[in-house]
Amino acid sequence: MEYEYILIIIGAIFVNNIVLAQFLGICPFMGVSSKVKTAVGMGGAVLFVMTLAVIVTWIIMHYVLIPFEIQYMQTIAYILVIASLVQMVEIILKKMSPALYQALGVFLPLITTNCAILGVAILVIQKEFNLLKSVIFSIGNAAGFALALIIFAGIREHMDKLNIPEGMKGIPASLVVAGILALAFMGFAGMV
Amino acid sequence: MAKKDSTFLNMTLTLLIVTALSAVALGFVYNSTKGPIKDAKAQKLKNAINIVVPGADKGEVEEFKVLSPDGREELTFYKVTHNGELKGYAVNTYSNNGFSGHISVMVGFDENGVIIDNNVLEHAETPGLGDKTSKDVSDWNSQFIGKNPAEFKLNVKKDGGDVDAITAATISSRAYCDALDRAYRGFVAFKESSDSKLVEVSDDNTLIEDNNTEVDSTSNENIGGTK
Amino acid sequence: MNQWKNFTKGFIKENPVFILLLGLCPTLGVTTSAINGLGMGLATTFVLLMSNTVISLIKNVIPNKVRIPSFIVIIASFVTIVDLVMAAYVPALHAQLGLFIPLIVVNCIVLGRAEAFASKNTVLSSMIDGLGMGLGFAFALTILGAVRELLGSYAIFGYKLINTDGMLVFVLAPGAFIGLAYLVAIVRRINK
Repeated sequence: MEYEYILIIIGAIFVNNIVLAQFLGICPFMGVSSKVKTAVGMGGAVLFVMTLAVIVTWIIMHYVLIPFEIQYMQTIAYILVIASLVQMVEIILKKMSPALYQALGVFLPLITTNCAILGVAILVIQKEFNLLKSVIFSIGNAAGFALALIIFAGIREHMDKLNIPEGMKGIPASLVVAGILALAFMGFAGMV
Repeated sequence: MAKKDSTFLNMTLTLLIVTALSAVALGFVYNSTKGPIKDAKAQKLKNAINIVVPGADKGEVEEFKVLSPDGREELTFYKVTHNGELKGYAVNTYSNNGFSGHISVMVGFDENGVIIDNNVLEHAETPGLGDKTSKDVSDWNSQFIGKNPAEFKLNVKKDGGDVDAITAATISSRAYCDALDRAYRGFVAFKESSDSKLVEVSDDNTLIEDNNTEVDSTSNENIGGTK
Repeated sequence: MNQWKNFTKGFIKENPVFILLLGLCPTLGVTTSAINGLGMGLATTFVLLMSNTVISLIKNVIPNKVRIPSFIVIIASFVTIVDLVMAAYVPALHAQLGLFIPLIVVNCIVLGRAEAFASKNTVLSSMIDGLGMGLGFAFALTILGAVRELLGSYAIFGYKLINTDGMLVFVLAPGAFIGLAYLVAIVRRINK
């Protein structure tokens, strides 16, 4: 039984990395990751919101939507839950860690539109996970997101010192780096 | 252009109305599309069955579940008949050992357990490698046509079997064989129990008697019509 | 407002993908073929058009503090409608696009246009803006999809040109990043 949970985590972090293999969470990925410190903060915020969101949406799906046969309200219900959660996190962060709040700036409300959160919430239903597996899956995915983000930030910090052709400066170069990272992560596929 | 004030009453009322209207609109669209969605699913299933047991699209299909010998899993079987003649059994099988996890396979057996045809239904295997298990990509799975699993060992040659694995996609090939093997074992269990007229049948049984298309109770899965 | 300019800005000058760099998740995720890219683009265009229209119609009756949640509910409704209609009438495409259809609700383009344009402009302008941006998005996705399909499977719109495996990396994750990187660079150059 434990074996299965380890597989879920390893799968989520490395093999099917949420950013580099599933293409969820690209916008904040490109936007936030120029400093390792901010990347760590963003990763933490996503971990918290994602896990909480998955728990709440899972409960709503299984105890409200399915019993009443209104699964088609999934998108609306889910996105409202996520938006509210992010508001809450914003308020809490403002009170508890104003420094981090400032550092994340506009990216915090943007977690709402982070497809990774909604994506994972939908995926756990598709994969028919029970609540425990869903939580583990979301922790794994958030960790994978943070991992990709931190590696990327580290690379970008060095890229600033390089001589990149004018047309490729900025996003194009970042995308190529992401592509190479994705290629590297494909190597993990043999692990599971 | 004056915007409404953000008083508590206005805000609550607005949200309530917006959500209520949306819910109504969605309920309407949902009801209108419920039928076509069900039909599309049924058609997809029928097509999948027809690939592995040709004639399913013109004949009748009866769905039932079979319990495996160890009682741990249940496979969905589809009995295909046309004009009263048994065309074969399609089995919806699976394996969790694919390169990217779960793969879903449909295989058709004739009444002696010889494979009529087979195809992968759902998978997340690597394009160009593991996806060759699909007829859309290559005819790799044609090697199973006409084979009797009682003699043709459903393992890749590397594991001592008779199956030619896909080059550089041994894991996907193994998983596919695992799925076929699972289906065959289920078929054998079914044959043995039906020979003593004791077919394990699930609750969503939709027996289609003779030329009627009676569907019992609420469960759908009524595939195949007689006209 | 010059409605022609309003309409065409979505194609090159303010192309949501190549210039504004919004909506990258579906861009990378579904462009394994030209048809998938086009299908996704059109679905998003529908949502954009409808949500821009409705939001512009009711912009004066929504209290300011609840405008984001209201927008979200409206957008989510149209996304669900698109999801249901596609499942009913184009099931094959629906299966291919999978998770990314409900993810249209977090496509930054949709909420972005609603907030930046539709809530401040006339209904007609908003409709045209939605249409133009949506079609620009579809244009970008179709091009990226075509490039990836051509290089990755030696096919175009499903029609196989050479009967061998292509450069598979392009239909996999890395190819998405790298393909997009170069297209962004090219469009930027054209825009100069």
